[in-house]
Amino acid sequence: MPIEVLMPALSPTMTEGKLAKWVKKEGDEVKSGDVLAEIETDKATMEVEAVDEGRLGKILVAEGTENVAVNTPIAVILGDGEDATTNLSNIEESSPKTAAQPVIKDSGQRPDATMPTGPSKGPAAAPPASDEDKFFDKTVKKTVREALRDAMAEEMRRDPTVFLMGEEVAQYQGAYKVSQNLLQEFGPDRVIDTPITEYGFAGLGVGAAFKGLRPIVEFMTFNFAMQAIDHIVNSAAKTLYMSGGQMGCPIVFRGPNGAAARVAAQHSQDFTPWYASVPGLKVVAPYSASDFKGLMKAAIRDPNPVIFLENEILYGQSFEVPESEDFIVPIGRAKIRRAGTDVTITAHSLMVSYALAAAELLEKEGISAEVIDLRTIRPLDTETVVNSVKKTNRLVTVEEAWPTCSIGSELSALMMEHAFDYLDAPVIRVNGLDVPMPYAANLEKLVLPSPERIADAAKKACYRA
Amino acid sequence: MAASRRRPKAQTDSAPKQAASAEELLKYYREMLLIRRFEEKAGQLYGMGLIGGFCHLYIGQEAVVVGVQAALKEGDDVITSYRDHGHMLACGMDAKGVMAELTGRRGGYSKGKGGSMHMFSREKNFYGGHGIVGAQVPIGTGLAFAHKYNKDDGLSAVYCGDGAINQGQVYESFNMAALWKLPVLYVIENNKYAMGTSQERAAAGELFQRGSAYGIPGVQVNGMDVQEVRAAADQWVEYIRAGNGPVILEMKTYRYRGHSMSDPAKYRTKEEVEKMRSESDPIDKLKKVMLDGAFVTEDQLKEIDREVKAIVTESAEFAQQSPEPDPSELWTDVLVEA
Repeated sequence: MPIEVLMPALSPTMTEGKLAKWVKKEGDEVKSGDVLAEIETDKATMEVEAVDEGRLGKILVAEGTENVAVNTPIAVILGDGEDATTNLSNIEESSPKTAAQPVIKDSGQRPDATMPTGPSKGPAAAPPASDEDKFFDKTVKKTVREALRDAMAEEMRRDPTVFLMGEEVAQYQGAYKVSQNLLQEFGPDRVIDTPITEYGFAGLGVGAAFKGLRPIVEFMTFNFAMQAIDHIVNSAAKTLYMSGGQMGCPIVFRGPNGAAARVAAQHSQDFTPWYASVPGLKVVAPYSASDFKGLMKAAIRDPNPVIFLENEILYGQSFEVPESEDFIVPIGRAKIRRAGTDVTITAHSLMVSYALAAAELLEKEGISAEVIDLRTIRPLDTETVVNSVKKTNRLVTVEEAWPTCSIGSELSALMMEHAFDYLDAPVIRVNGLDVPMPYAANLEKLVLPSPERIADAAKKACYRA
Repeated sequence: MAASRRRPKAQTDSAPKQAASAEELLKYYREMLLIRRFEEKAGQLYGMGLIGGFCHLYIGQEAVVVGVQAALKEGDDVITSYRDHGHMLACGMDAKGVMAELTGRRGGYSKGKGGSMHMFSREKNFYGGHGIVGAQVPIGTGLAFAHKYNKDDGLSAVYCGDGAINQGQVYESFNMAALWKLPVLYVIENNKYAMGTSQERAAAGELFQRGSAYGIPGVQVNGMDVQEVRAAADQWVEYIRAGNGPVILEMKTYRYRGHSMSDPAKYRTKEEVEKMRSESDPIDKLKKVMLDGAFVTEDQLKEIDREVKAIVTESAEFAQQSPEPDPSELWTDVLVEA
């Protein structure tokens, strides 16, 4: 169908202009981006680019014509098999019209000529150094819940600008009892019960952080943070960039993420990939109590917004935690939880325990699995994964999140970029199934990854399935 | 134009501050004129293709920000929406830096990475510049929270439009601000149109009463008269500083230009705009007050015109001469390096 090219509005105030010059002639092939004509407005001469492909069938407004009103048809572009004898008066009002794209004449360099290499284009960056191991000579058994509370209490003692706010964090002592005794120690000015108003208090926390306070904003679960995600992404993550570096936002958004047990679709979602895709955020999702403590302290001290993803099922689990208050786990560093030689399995949060269980199953079958606890999801410790894959030549990724655009998808792409020549088998993703979480106990179990599913995937990667 | 409708008795009893001095009036005139000339120039540069994207001009509403700012003191915070150039100038930010941000240049307040809707100045306590309608309201409430947390004497002035006032997060903020008695002045700039939708078609009830369920005092003010704005702001800023919690001032105002540069504004008549311009213009009105009261001579006004024009011309030149950001700036300011 012939497509009319209309006189473009080249400025918000332009109503008419002069068709100064036709760059294409009748019969010329045109493709998207080709300059069709030059148009003079009262302010500038601008080029007009074609948006559609085809052949310039007929010029309707001759070169040199002045006072051509905006939206006047100036030419017709013909597709395959159409010819200039097509009766143009038959073009119906509903036929597709195209506004040509104005481009300001610019003698500057093409942007890609000077495109700097971004962090993601270089080799897998090394993770930050860590002295965390030296603190494990004196440890005490703690639950994840206690470790989180201790981390917050220690940082609140250390820095008077740190405060905790959220639903039920104070008088109720935390919906999951994570903030036990904090109100008693720090008082209601620093441990603040909010109304049920996620969007509001997330934004309020961002404002307080802009002014230099260090809020810890608890979401009762991250499912409810979807109400607040505009402030997390648009306000917390982007403002430093949009302000040219002036307006930092040192804030921690924390709370349980992912499936708990039998709470169905709206309360059982893993948001890790959502936040991990956003520049300007850091995202951590620890597994052990020591990592919860060390990473929470790092998150509170970090000058950037940190998404701290916890897990309800892990809260009550106990681990050895260093006694020293100087113990900190740097953001951006993965941990090899179990060394192995045949296949690498990555996981974070609760799924680390499933990956470790899968490694036990695999050992019985003579497969040695290396389990990497990612701990931080953004920035991802690509180097540690790549180095492992260079050794095992196989990768299985494990997470609760849906498979599409998941952390596994990302790791798979990273292996293409950084470990392609070392892979002896395709990367395999083990994810939550691609459905909303069902309520029925048997169905819920089928959705989530299990040690058996992980072991099966690892065997497949080793061509042993 | 409606005068203040709901003024508590306290105001009429405790005599409001004395009428502004000639010096103050001249200052308001100069600030309003600077905003107007700056915005006209921005519109012109936009038409020339030097400013891109969205560009929301403040022409017509100048008395609101100039009157409110006159009631604030050093250390108070200001935050607003994307119609923000006037607020930045009223906060004392440099016209050159604002204009250069509009043209996306290195010399802009955000090094060219924010644009018209996203500019900030920590030095001048201007916290943006927010492009998501209503988002500045909880953030501004958080600024007030920080004042209370820090136990300083500051407050936060949070501007939003008659469109933003229908967002849910505004009421989440009202609730917390009232509950915790936060020092925050909410200024609703009611210019009658949320983009192309008139207040009548979008908002039930009166906007100044939108906080009444939370016990937040609300007052309607003639936002086309800088002296009325200043008087109301003075009174209520004092109320807020006394620890009484938030206040809502609804400023009845009008924008002469479209919602943004690409808005042909067909939702209102030419006559309506012309009537506001000719009968209610805040700059003309103040000029008349000053001439009638013999506070100023025509020559003095001409001198101010010249000064303002020079500032604006200089800003436009700077905004065109300042180089584009270096491509390496792409990767800076994503995160604060610890």
